[in-house]
Amino acid sequence: MTMTVSSNNRPSLDAPSTISAGSMLKSREIVLIGLLILVFVGGDLSSPWFLDIYNLLDSTAIFSEIAMMALSTALVIICRDIDISMASVMALSSLMMGLASQSLGLGALPLCLVGLLTGAACGFFNGFLVTRLKMPAIVVTIGTMSLFRGVAAGVLGNEKIAHYPDAFAAIGQSYFMDMVPYSFITFVLLSIVFIIVIHYTTIGRSIFALGNNPEGALFSGIRTDRLRFILFTLNGLMAGLAAVFLTSRLGSTRPDIANGLEMEVITIVVLGGVSLNGGKGTISGVFIAALVIGFLRLAITLNNVPGNILIVFTGTLLVVSVALPIIGQKYLPRLSKKKSE
Amino acid sequence: MKLKHLLSMAAIAGLMATSAAMAADVRIAMVPKSLGNAFFEAARDGGNEAAKEIGGVELIFNAPAVVTAEGQIEVINALIAQRVDAIAISSNDPDALVPVAKKAMKRGIKVLSFDSAIAPEGRMLHMHPATAAGAAKAQLEMAVDAIGPEGEIAILSETPQSTNQNEWIEEMKKLLPSDEFSKLKLVDVAYGMGQSDKSYRETIALLRRYPDLKVIIAPSTVAISAAAKAVEDQDMVGKVYVTGLGLPSELAGYVHTGSIKSFAIWNPIDLGYSATYLAYDLIQKEEVQAGDELEAGRMGSFKLDDKLETSLPQPFVYDASNVDKYSKIF
Repeated sequence: MTMTVSSNNRPSLDAPSTISAGSMLKSREIVLIGLLILVFVGGDLSSPWFLDIYNLLDSTAIFSEIAMMALSTALVIICRDIDISMASVMALSSLMMGLASQSLGLGALPLCLVGLLTGAACGFFNGFLVTRLKMPAIVVTIGTMSLFRGVAAGVLGNEKIAHYPDAFAAIGQSYFMDMVPYSFITFVLLSIVFIIVIHYTTIGRSIFALGNNPEGALFSGIRTDRLRFILFTLNGLMAGLAAVFLTSRLGSTRPDIANGLEMEVITIVVLGGVSLNGGKGTISGVFIAALVIGFLRLAITLNNVPGNILIVFTGTLLVVSVALPIIGQKYLPRLSKKKSE
Repeated sequence: MKLKHLLSMAAIAGLMATSAAMAADVRIAMVPKSLGNAFFEAARDGGNEAAKEIGGVELIFNAPAVVTAEGQIEVINALIAQRVDAIAISSNDPDALVPVAKKAMKRGIKVLSFDSAIAPEGRMLHMHPATAAGAAKAQLEMAVDAIGPEGEIAILSETPQSTNQNEWIEEMKKLLPSDEFSKLKLVDVAYGMGQSDKSYRETIALLRRYPDLKVIIAPSTVAISAAAKAVEDQDMVGKVYVTGLGLPSELAGYVHTGSIKSFAIWNPIDLGYSATYLAYDLIQKEEVQAGDELEAGRMGSFKLDDKLETSLPQPFVYDASNVDKYSKIF
């Protein structure tokens, strides 16, 4: 996280005219759409059940929770921060909902509020440590990853909570028009809101300015720490939302709920073209990446491929997605030079 | 662009390699707790044997890589999408699988659980590998067989949510006050989470915490071999005995070195064989009710009790005299 001001990363609000940014991002989305088409072709060729609108929509319930967290995590990463505590935030949110349901007998709506507020509170805590106490985000969220999970596991012990009202279970288990899971609708609507806010408003421009050049952003009047604080809280809130859907879908809270999901979130973000160095990325890229991974998983499970090979696929995809921009940066300028000659 | 091609080739190759288009009249899926577990691989072999015997049956065998309910839900979702005829599940969480199992049954797929149960509203019948009381008694008897009627014992289980293990532990606790076992003192229940390394570490923790410990009962195939390994590595052979439920092929070595004197297991081949037969019966009968007798080939027939549950006969005990013979089978 160096603060050097390179000539390429000027705090200007439009994309630089040289290669990289604009054209790179566009080509990334084209690559992603290509990948998505490939997944569909491969899925259709390998399984007669893949190109079935009910099956495709049904499978979105599996990845929508992870995908909605990827939206806000993308913003955190664009601002040069990182958050790997989301899965543990989910566990804690799920626990609070479970306790509220079990001992207070709350209804569906108050339970959702409990989940969302717990998530936001965890995010607020992360944001406070990072921006007020100036601790590195990676250190803070490694810590809170264990802390939040530990609290959840400590309270639950070896028990689990499986008493939720029917109306709450309906959130994650019922379908709009008998077809579309509500979690997927939520993910699509949130994506649209995020795209508008990030790419068409001053807030969005501030986020990119901060990611490209924190000092420059500060000196041009952006309250950078406040912005980062808000993004961490937002990320917690989204983890709380994901916890609402997952808890409702499972109808049960166990100490290991959502274990390991943070890596799946980051996989989507990175595959979506968000640079871990900050300042670069699009929400539309993250959106398509979520679909690529989600439908790839469907295609693979439809072929009854064993679960341990499934993780090889997502692992490979992550490594390749990190390698892609690096290789691109190394070789693309040479190629474009050659072309201009 | 090059990378894009590379990616695409990898994806296509991966999908092609695994596409097995087989047309059978009836497709039965078996979803164990996780993959890479020899017990369930033996159950799959039994399932294949039954499928071949019945004829026109394709057995699909798939599970998540780790022991989680979320992973099983993803697998079951894909099986629903493929419109299989029946799904036999050994569940990782009796409650979390209910919604997806209900969805399957709503779409006309027959759902049964075997080995580890799904809550009653999420399955049409359940087959226990043995009655819980029978399994619990066998394990305490083996403990007495190893050390005599007196001493400290500990249990190393799978996960705190594992339906089967919890039931056995409950039954063991009920049996402990009886005359036969009253001098056995249960000092702790630890959890290896179904993982070898965690079970190994938990065993060492038990050995350190309870210097007078005489027996570790591990009612889990993963935990028992990790516990035996830990006892050997700590040079405690002869001081601490490991017993419980495990597979002859994995435990024969420990029986010969002495860390395990005897252990028990029902026959997983019979379990998978019977579960597959019961799945086929469900497909044929549409509905089942308490008191029904279901055919299961060479295993005879199974009668459903009033909770729509049935059970394999008592577990079988293995020791130095017979372990080698069975270790070649499973």
